[in-house]
Amino acid sequence: MDRPKIRIATTSLAGCFGCHMSFLDIDERLLELTRMADFDRSPLTDIKQLGRCDIGIIEGGVCNAENVEVLRQFRERCTHLVAIGACAINGGIPALRNRYPLEACLEEAYLRGEGLHQPAIPDDPELPPLLEKVLPVHEVVQVDYTIPGCPPSADAIWSVLCALLAGREPELPRPLIHYD
Amino acid sequence: MTEQRYRHLEQASGKTGLRRVAIDPLTRVEGHGKVTLLLDEENRVQQARLHIVEFRGFEKFIQGRPYWEVPVLVQRLCGICPVSHLLAGAKAIDDLMGATGIPPTAEKLRRLLHYGQVLQSHALHFFHLASPDLLFGPESQPALRNVMAELEGERSREIALMGIRLRRFGQEVIRHIIGKRIHGTGPLPGGMNRHLDREAGRELQEELPQVLAWAGQGVDLARRLILADPGEHRRFATVPSLFLALTGPNGAHELYDGLLRVRDEKGGLLYDGLEPRRYREYLREQVKRWSYMKFPYLSHLGPELGWYRVGPLARLNVCDHFGTEQAERQRRRFFELMGPPPVQATLAYHWARMIEILHCAERIEELLRDEDLYRGELLCETSRGEEGVGVIEAPRGVLIHHYRVDEQGLVTGANLIVSTTHNNTAMNESLRQVAAEYLDGREFDELLLNRIEMAIRAYDPCLSCATHAIGKMPLELVLEAPDGSERGRLLRHADGTVVQG
Ligand code: SF4
Repeated sequence: MDRPKIRIATTSLAGCFGCHMSFLDIDERLLELTRMADFDRSPLTDIKQLGRCDIGIIEGGVCNAENVEVLRQFRERCTHLVAIGACAINGGIPALRNRYPLEACLEEAYLRGEGLHQPAIPDDPELPPLLEKVLPVHEVVQVDYTIPGCPPSADAIWSVLCALLAGREPELPRPLIHYD
Repeated sequence: MTEQRYRHLEQASGKTGLRRVAIDPLTRVEGHGKVTLLLDEENRVQQARLHIVEFRGFEKFIQGRPYWEVPVLVQRLCGICPVSHLLAGAKAIDDLMGATGIPPTAEKLRRLLHYGQVLQSHALHFFHLASPDLLFGPESQPALRNVMAELEGERSREIALMGIRLRRFGQEVIRHIIGKRIHGTGPLPGGMNRHLDREAGRELQEELPQVLAWAGQGVDLARRLILADPGEHRRFATVPSLFLALTGPNGAHELYDGLLRVRDEKGGLLYDGLEPRRYREYLREQVKRWSYMKFPYLSHLGPELGWYRVGPLARLNVCDHFGTEQAERQRRRFFELMGPPPVQATLAYHWARMIEILHCAERIEELLRDEDLYRGELLCETSRGEEGVGVIEAPRGVLIHHYRVDEQGLVTGANLIVSTTHNNTAMNESLRQVAAEYLDGREFDELLLNRIEMAIRAYDPCLSCATHAIGKMPLELVLEAPDGSERGRLLRHADGTVVQG
């Protein structure tokens, strides 16, 4: 193949990794994918610095300062930004904490939990500052495509990827759209 | 008793003049974490820590939700082993609902589901994530240390494909039982919602001879890789510890239900027959301000000595036999070659994991032939109580779920101790060992740092959710939407006392 390979980066923000797992559920099609595309930064590779990419896949919403930074960098360096799954699209389960003040969540876990020794709220500078509310991805950056589902099925992810790889506008056929 | 020999590296005596090196994000592990090292001017390691940067707030936001939502909601804590949370949550709800006699059909369906999940999760970890270190060597080029590169290489392709196919089989077992590969629905209070479809059962059965063959090859591969350099692989990241795991009747290896055992460093049983529901009587957790993950320990030994390890190696070390033929043969071979239990070699986790894949495939084969899966009662009588605890062996080790509800059935309190949390002290001790024994005083580069990640990867930690960071952390930040409106603010500003490398 003469055409340079497409570069794909993926990241998981405040998500459960289920969307990444659903992506791996393309099974043997991964072989086909590696022939067409190279992976840049992703939890599946050891590339830690994001390079210029054609496609950036975001799982999870935005819950802390690092999420914001990573997300902005993905926006800056990826031509197409694809938000996959309920967490990225509307905050998902992690956003259930938005009903409570953040302090209350931290206190419940670290001060009031069962059988705690030396209870204290973790506050080391190495821990990224938490946002008061968990946000969906589109409230922080512009998103090009979204794939709904918790997680979206492997077929749905594959169909969008194939379209983008071929330079077509992705379309999600009706049977591939689901929200659970 | 089990001292943390490298404990002095948890906290540098003074921080001035030290250089910070961060491995951030940790890669080829599930979830988010980072490692920081503080070095003096001669590159001697003064401090080494694994930080879990994730915080979800589950214990709080589950409050006020109806109890029956718990299993559905809780699996979304982790998309790698959602079935573990689904089942631990379901068992806790059974307990809460006084469902003591769930029908054999339901229990067998749940077990089948669980074996499918342990199989897929172990395959994912070994083949998709960890194997490049062992196949290509820890100091191979970072750009090539991944499963995609494995797929491209002539020689490694077959191994990668075998992993993908093993995982697919496990995922298909799950899909046939709960409707989806990830985050399906199946368990109900007191049982399950449907039988296994006969056609699906036949399909799976047809694949089994091949799956068993792959699983056997997987064990051979792991053994070969570990024994390729036995001295080194025994020493790497190894930190002598206690081991905690569930066992079934007569000390059999167990994944779904049983009593807890602790094996000590000399091979004796420190505890046997501990009732998992009463975990609060013997487990406590320490909080450290530099990680969102707590540090559990056996309360009577205290936080310094009472730490332990869980997961595949712990289960092999703790049980007396496997209860399936091929896995049992492999278990014996494992101890013949590695010495009597407990085997302490941290890299032996990989080998133990492969033996468990084989065991799961054997159990799946047994179960699929069982008529109970296809017919019979699915639910038992229930009557609601106030509190429930559910404990299982997740792929990564003992998993504890605990809920309290009010008279309307709304959750008032939850406590979870997830598998990876049990290994928190061990992972930190292993990384300190590698920092002290392999990195100390040497010129640091990326390749050397991968050894640290290898130590952590051996535990297959699931740090699922939260964050990644590149470069310097922003200390202050205003969040704007694309249209320029302000969307949020930070709770606190890090004070930045750590020297940047
Ligand atoms: S959308 Fe669902 S599967 Fe994806 S990260 Fe969120 S909870 Fe997990």
